[in-house]
Amino acid sequence: MRLYMKYFSMHLQSQMQYKVSFFLTALGQFLVSFTALLGIWFMFMRFNTVEGFSFPQVLLCFATMLMAFSLAEFMGRGFDHFPRIISNGEFDRMLVRPRRVALQVLASQMEFSRLGRLVQAILVFCYAIPASGVNWTYDKIITLCLMVICGSIVFFCLFLIYAAISFFTIEGLEFMNIFTDGGREFGRYPFSVYGKEALRFLTYVIPLALFQYYPLLYILERKTSSFYMFMPLLALPFAIPAYAFWRFGLSRYKSTGS
Amino acid sequence: MIRLEGINKTFRVARRKSGFGRAVRALLSREHETIHALRDVSFTIEDGEMVGYIGPNGAGKSTTIKIMCGILTPDSGKCEINGRTPWRERIAHVRDIGVVFGQRSQLWWDVPVWDSFDLIRDIYKVDAREYKRNLDELVTLLDLAEILKTPTRNLSLGQRMRCELAASLLHNPKILFLDEPTIGLDAVSKLAVRQFIKKLNAEQGVTIILTTHDMQDIEALTQRILLIGKGRILLDGSLEELKKSSSQRKTIVFEYTGKDPALCEGMTSVEGREGRLVVSLEPSICSVSEAIAYISAQVEVIDISVSGISAEEMVAGLYREYHI
Repeated sequence: MRLYMKYFSMHLQSQMQYKVSFFLTALGQFLVSFTALLGIWFMFMRFNTVEGFSFPQVLLCFATMLMAFSLAEFMGRGFDHFPRIISNGEFDRMLVRPRRVALQVLASQMEFSRLGRLVQAILVFCYAIPASGVNWTYDKIITLCLMVICGSIVFFCLFLIYAAISFFTIEGLEFMNIFTDGGREFGRYPFSVYGKEALRFLTYVIPLALFQYYPLLYILERKTSSFYMFMPLLALPFAIPAYAFWRFGLSRYKSTGS
Repeated sequence: MIRLEGINKTFRVARRKSGFGRAVRALLSREHETIHALRDVSFTIEDGEMVGYIGPNGAGKSTTIKIMCGILTPDSGKCEINGRTPWRERIAHVRDIGVVFGQRSQLWWDVPVWDSFDLIRDIYKVDAREYKRNLDELVTLLDLAEILKTPTRNLSLGQRMRCELAASLLHNPKILFLDEPTIGLDAVSKLAVRQFIKKLNAEQGVTIILTTHDMQDIEALTQRILLIGKGRILLDGSLEELKKSSSQRKTIVFEYTGKDPALCEGMTSVEGREGRLVVSLEPSICSVSEAIAYISAQVEVIDISVSGISAEEMVAGLYREYHI
């Protein structure tokens, strides 16, 4: 952890060498997700509710997703860059360092400009939390925190899987973006709006709905069982196959070196 | 001590032919080709040795180095370095080794070299006092005092290479792998790097394994050479032995005034123009003194130089001999 903080300050130091670029990128990131926000707003100008969710309620969903994603992306940016790390040989350097490889990959990239999204998520929360008409009791606050934390872990695992795939091929990795960037984009709305099949897939295969849809129902008092409150925790075992896949990829790399 | 026994390594490489039609077909089924990168590679290197590992591109040098560093797992064979198998005990093993890849930097581009070193200290968990002692020593030996506070991006290649060397020695490794450490350096930097490597080996007893295409490196540094070609170790011996066994031919350069001289048996002309003659001599037929006497009897000789074959020529000869 101490080492991670060291990397953290090194990255901060490097990126502050290019201050203008840093602020422009952060602004760009902010604007990109701002258009997504506008999309929702236009939608609600025509329809008052989507599947019975009001505008601030959808925003709550949007902000959770955005925050979970941007935290995961900030932490796991190294995995996103992993195909490049492999192809430029930097990965070999990591293998001759006496530290866990996954940690080194994680620490190899941190983009502070990605925090532009995080700022937006916080702003949206500031609006949606009071406006959603939810009676905020302790259990609901805990639920919301669980949603964000578990959500970023799930996204993080998706990045890990993405990186692990690049041990096998560097081509055609784009399809993983359906789950990462796609998850963020589609997750603006509660997943039930995409139909039963999609919801089932996002519950049992890629557990995005576990931290987005079900606990939201609890917060909005559509479901009262506290089972829904702890559903985000059910998404955590997703980390096991993700990490196992990474280890498998690593052992393959060591035998093929490509 | 480094001991490799019967190391084999093959790679499966997808073969793709050119052309659009074939590219489409390659999407459906790939043709694979098995490449034998290493075949039955065995050698032993004692502590404190300095070994030059040479061979043409694609011969298997870097595969061997990667196996010894624990980056790759071989298909079969045994490798034991200081009592450990590199790929099984990677973390314990890499603590004892330093690696310099001449063509890739381990320093951070945008921050001062000093900070990169500091991070490396944390990665290796080097004790603060030991770190300071090592660093001070390296700074003096490699003359880094002036450049430590400069960001890597502002360093010249020679300065950067000196920093790279320091960076891989901060944790006091017992074995140092150098992959083309002098590539692209100017004459002064090359000499500085060589001198440092020599000192490191002689004074601190660090085992050094050096791959290079620069034969002057080999001549200046190593007592022992391993030659690899097409995945096999072809030769293992000292540079002197190799030179003796490969050829006794001498090259003599004459500068003279007068008409072109005639050559005797055992001499072949390599280059001849007005006033300058380069001959290659086979000493078993015609000795050096005979040759000089023969030529100077015919013309007025102004200058003579005699040389044995250079390491460069010798290695080129070896490559030819083994068809690699």
